[in-house]
Amino acid sequence: MPSDILVLTAHPHLEHSKVNRLLMAAAASVGRVKVRDVYALYPDYLIDVAAEQRALTQARLVVWQHPIHWYHMPPLMKLWVDEVLAFGWAYGHGGHALQGKDLWLVASTGGPESSYRPTDYNRYPFDAFLPAYEQTATLCGMRFLPPLVLHGAHRIADDDLEAHARLLADRLTMYPDWPELRDLPACVTCEVPDNARPSLDLQEGP
Amino acid sequence: MEHSNWLSGTLMYLSAAVLAVPLARKLGLGSIIGYLVAGIVIGPWGLRLMTDAQDMLHFAEFGVVLMLFLVGLELEPHRLWALRKPIFGWGTAQLAGSTLLIAGIGLACGMPWQLSLVAALGLALSSTAIGLGVLNERNLLPTSGGQSLLSVALLQDIAAIPILALVPLLSLTGTGAAPEGHGWRAAGLALGMIAAIVLGGRLLLRPALRWIARSATPEIFTAAALLLVVATASLMQAVGLSMALGAFLAGVLLAESEYRRELETDIEPFKGLLLGLFFMAVGMNVDFAVVTAQPGRIAAVVAAFLLAKALVLWLMARAMPLPAPERPVFILLLAQGGEFGFVVFQAAQQAGVIDAGTSSVLVAAVAVSMLLTPLLLVAADRWWMPRLAHAGQSGMQELDEPQNAPVIIAGFGRYGQVVGRLLSANGIAVTVLEHDAEQVETVRRFGMAAFYGDATRLDLLRTAGADRARIIVVAIDDVAQSLKTVDVVREHFPQLAVVARARNVTHYYGLRQRGVTLIERETLDSALMSARSVLELMGLERHQARNLALRFRRHTIELLEEMAPHLGDQNKLIAVSKKGRQQLEQQWAKERAEAHARHKGTGWHADTVHPEPASHDAER
Repeated sequence: MPSDILVLTAHPHLEHSKVNRLLMAAAASVGRVKVRDVYALYPDYLIDVAAEQRALTQARLVVWQHPIHWYHMPPLMKLWVDEVLAFGWAYGHGGHALQGKDLWLVASTGGPESSYRPTDYNRYPFDAFLPAYEQTATLCGMRFLPPLVLHGAHRIADDDLEAHARLLADRLTMYPDWPELRDLPACVTCEVPDNARPSLDLQEGP
Repeated sequence: MEHSNWLSGTLMYLSAAVLAVPLARKLGLGSIIGYLVAGIVIGPWGLRLMTDAQDMLHFAEFGVVLMLFLVGLELEPHRLWALRKPIFGWGTAQLAGSTLLIAGIGLACGMPWQLSLVAALGLALSSTAIGLGVLNERNLLPTSGGQSLLSVALLQDIAAIPILALVPLLSLTGTGAAPEGHGWRAAGLALGMIAAIVLGGRLLLRPALRWIARSATPEIFTAAALLLVVATASLMQAVGLSMALGAFLAGVLLAESEYRRELETDIEPFKGLLLGLFFMAVGMNVDFAVVTAQPGRIAAVVAAFLLAKALVLWLMARAMPLPAPERPVFILLLAQGGEFGFVVFQAAQQAGVIDAGTSSVLVAAVAVSMLLTPLLLVAADRWWMPRLAHAGQSGMQELDEPQNAPVIIAGFGRYGQVVGRLLSANGIAVTVLEHDAEQVETVRRFGMAAFYGDATRLDLLRTAGADRARIIVVAIDDVAQSLKTVDVVREHFPQLAVVARARNVTHYYGLRQRGVTLIERETLDSALMSARSVLELMGLERHQARNLALRFRRHTIELLEEMAPHLGDQNKLIAVSKKGRQQLEQQWAKERAEAHARHKGTGWHADTVHPEPASHDAER
C-alpha cells in the first residue's frame, strides 16, 4: 500500500521516553504510515525544508506525535512549523499545498487529566491549550481532527500504555473510517486568505 | 647491439623487481630486502645476468639524490633551522664517536693508524638510502627517532666532503697530499655555490616554475622538476660537494612553495624506481668471492663495526633521550655501513692508503651490513620490541595485552584526542593506538591511556580488540597510512564501523571508495566557524550567520557526493562544482531580494514560488 499517512514525531529526549518510543513503534508498524522523527533527522536543527514539503505532499493525513512541554510542542517541532509551513506554499498567496488534508495531534502530558482544571495546578482544561494547533491547521486549509491525548504519561501502567498504542495503530489502519469523523464538517474555514501573513505581523510587533 | 642491450637490461631489472619485491613483502620482510635479493640473484654472483654492477650503482645513485630532494621538500627552512642543533650536535657525536671507537679497535688489532682511520671513517657512515627508505616505508620520518636519524644522515652527507678531502692526506707515501692553497679555494668555491643555490632558489625558482606551470603541459613540468634536481646536483658536484646535499637544499627551498605537492607527485615514481635500482645494484655489488674466501675476517669486521656503532648510538639514544620503542630502529639503521663508504674506500685505494685486498674486504663488509640491516629490523620487530614493551620503564609500551574496549581510536594527534576525550567523558572505554612514541608519552603525561603501535599492522589491531570492538575511529594524519588502515580493517574486521578523518577531498574520495560513509573533512567545521565570525562582523545577525553556515555545510557535502561519480574526469568535476556553486549563489541572492522586498512592505503578492523558502530569520 502506498503510504498516505505521515507521522511526524518529536521528542527532545527520546532516550528517557517510554511512551513516545512505544507510540512511534506502533505507528511505524502500520504499513501505510511513514514516520519521520524530526529530532533524529535534524539533530543540528537544520531542517531540510524541501524534503519535508515533499513528504507532506504525498500524505493525506498528517500526524503530529509529541509530548506536550510547557503547554505546547517541543522546540524543533515549532521550528518545523515555522520553516516548512511556509508562506506561498502552505498559506498565503499561492499557498495551497496542504489544502484538504487532515491534521491529527497525538500528544502525551506528564500531568494527569485531573490537573487540567481550574482548581488544580494546570488551571485550564487541556482543550484550552489547543486553539493554536487548530488555527495553524485551518490557516493551511487542513481539517483538525479530534486529538488523541494520553495524560499522566509518567505513571501509566504498562497495560494501559499498550492499549493506547494499539488504539493508535488501529486508528491509523482504519483512517479515514473513524466514528467521530462522520459528523465532522469537511472544513470550517478552508479559505486561505491571500494576505494572511502572521509572521510579518509578528515582526512588526514592539 | 647497444639498443638490444639496453632493452634486455631493463627487462631484467624490471622483472627481477616485480617478482622479488611483492614476494619479500608477502613474507613480511619489506621491499628493500626484496630489491637486495633481486640484485644478488641477477648479479655477477648469482645468475650472472647482469655484470655492470659498478656502472649501475653510479647511475642508480641518482635515486638517493631524488630521495633527498623529496625529504627536503617535506622540511620547511624554519624546521631545518630548528634541526641545526641535532644535525651538528648529535650528527658530530655519532660520526666522531664511531670513528674513534672503530679506529681504536683497528689500532688495538695492530693495524697502522692511517689504515685504521680511513677504515673507521668509511665504516662510520651509514646508508641514507636504506635509513630513509625504511623510515618512509614505516611512516616514521615525522617521529623524534626519525628526525634524529635524518639529522645524523644530513651531517654525514655534509661530512663526506671533508672526509674525501682528508683521505689522500693520509697516504703513507704522501703522493696524494694536496697543495695547501687548493683546499681553501675549493672550500670557498663550495660555500659560494651553496650561497648561489640558496639565493637563486629563493629568487628564481618559483617564478620559473610558475612560468613553466602556465604552459599547462604536464610532462614539461615533470621534465622541469627532474631538470631542477639534476641541475642542482651537477652544480654541487662541479664544486666537489655531495649531489644529494644539493638536491636536499633545493628541496628545502621549495618546501614552502605552492608547487610542493606537484613536485612531490612528479618526482615520487622516479625516486621509487631509481632507489629500487640502487638497492639492486648494492646487492649486485656484494663481492661474494671475497666473502667466501675469508668469511671469518669479514664476519669479524662486520660484527666489530656494527657493535661499535651501535654502542655509540645507544649512548646517544639514552642521552637525547629517545623514547625506548624508537631506539631499535634508530640504532639499527645508523649502525649499518653506507653507500658512501664504497666511495671512501675507492678513494683511499687510489691514494694508496689501503691496498686492493683490504679495500674489497671493507666494501664487502659494508655491503653485508646493508644486506643484514633489513633482516635485523625484522628480527628486532619480532624479539626486541616486545621485550621493550615488557621493560616499559615509563609505561611506554607497544600494545601487548588484548584490549576489550568497544571503540578503537587509531591516531591520537590533535584530532583523535578530541574524539577520545568526548568519549571518555561519557564513560565510553576506548583503546588508543598511536605510532609516534613521543606523542604517546605526552598524552600519557596528561593521564590518558594510549598505546604505542602502528594501526596498519594486523596483529596489533587484533591485540587492540578489533575483532570484538564495534567502532574504529581512523584519525591518522598521514593519508596513505589512513587508507591502509581502512583496507586492513575492511578486509579482516568487516563488523567494525569506520569513522574517518579526511585530510582533504582526495583523501575523502579515497575513503568513500573503500565504502566508508562517516567521514569528516578535518578543517571544514572550523573554517565554517571562522566564516560565521566574519559574517557576524559584517553585521549579519548571529543566528542568521549560523543558519547560512550550516546550510553551506550541507550544500558543500552534497556537492562532494554529487562529484564522486566523476572522479578522474577533471573537466566534469569542475563543471559540476561550478554549477553547484552558482545554484547556491543564485538561491541566496533570491532569498536576499525577497527578504528585502518583504521588508519594504512590497512584494507580498509577488508571484514567486518557493522551492526552498526563506527561513524567517532572513528578514529583519
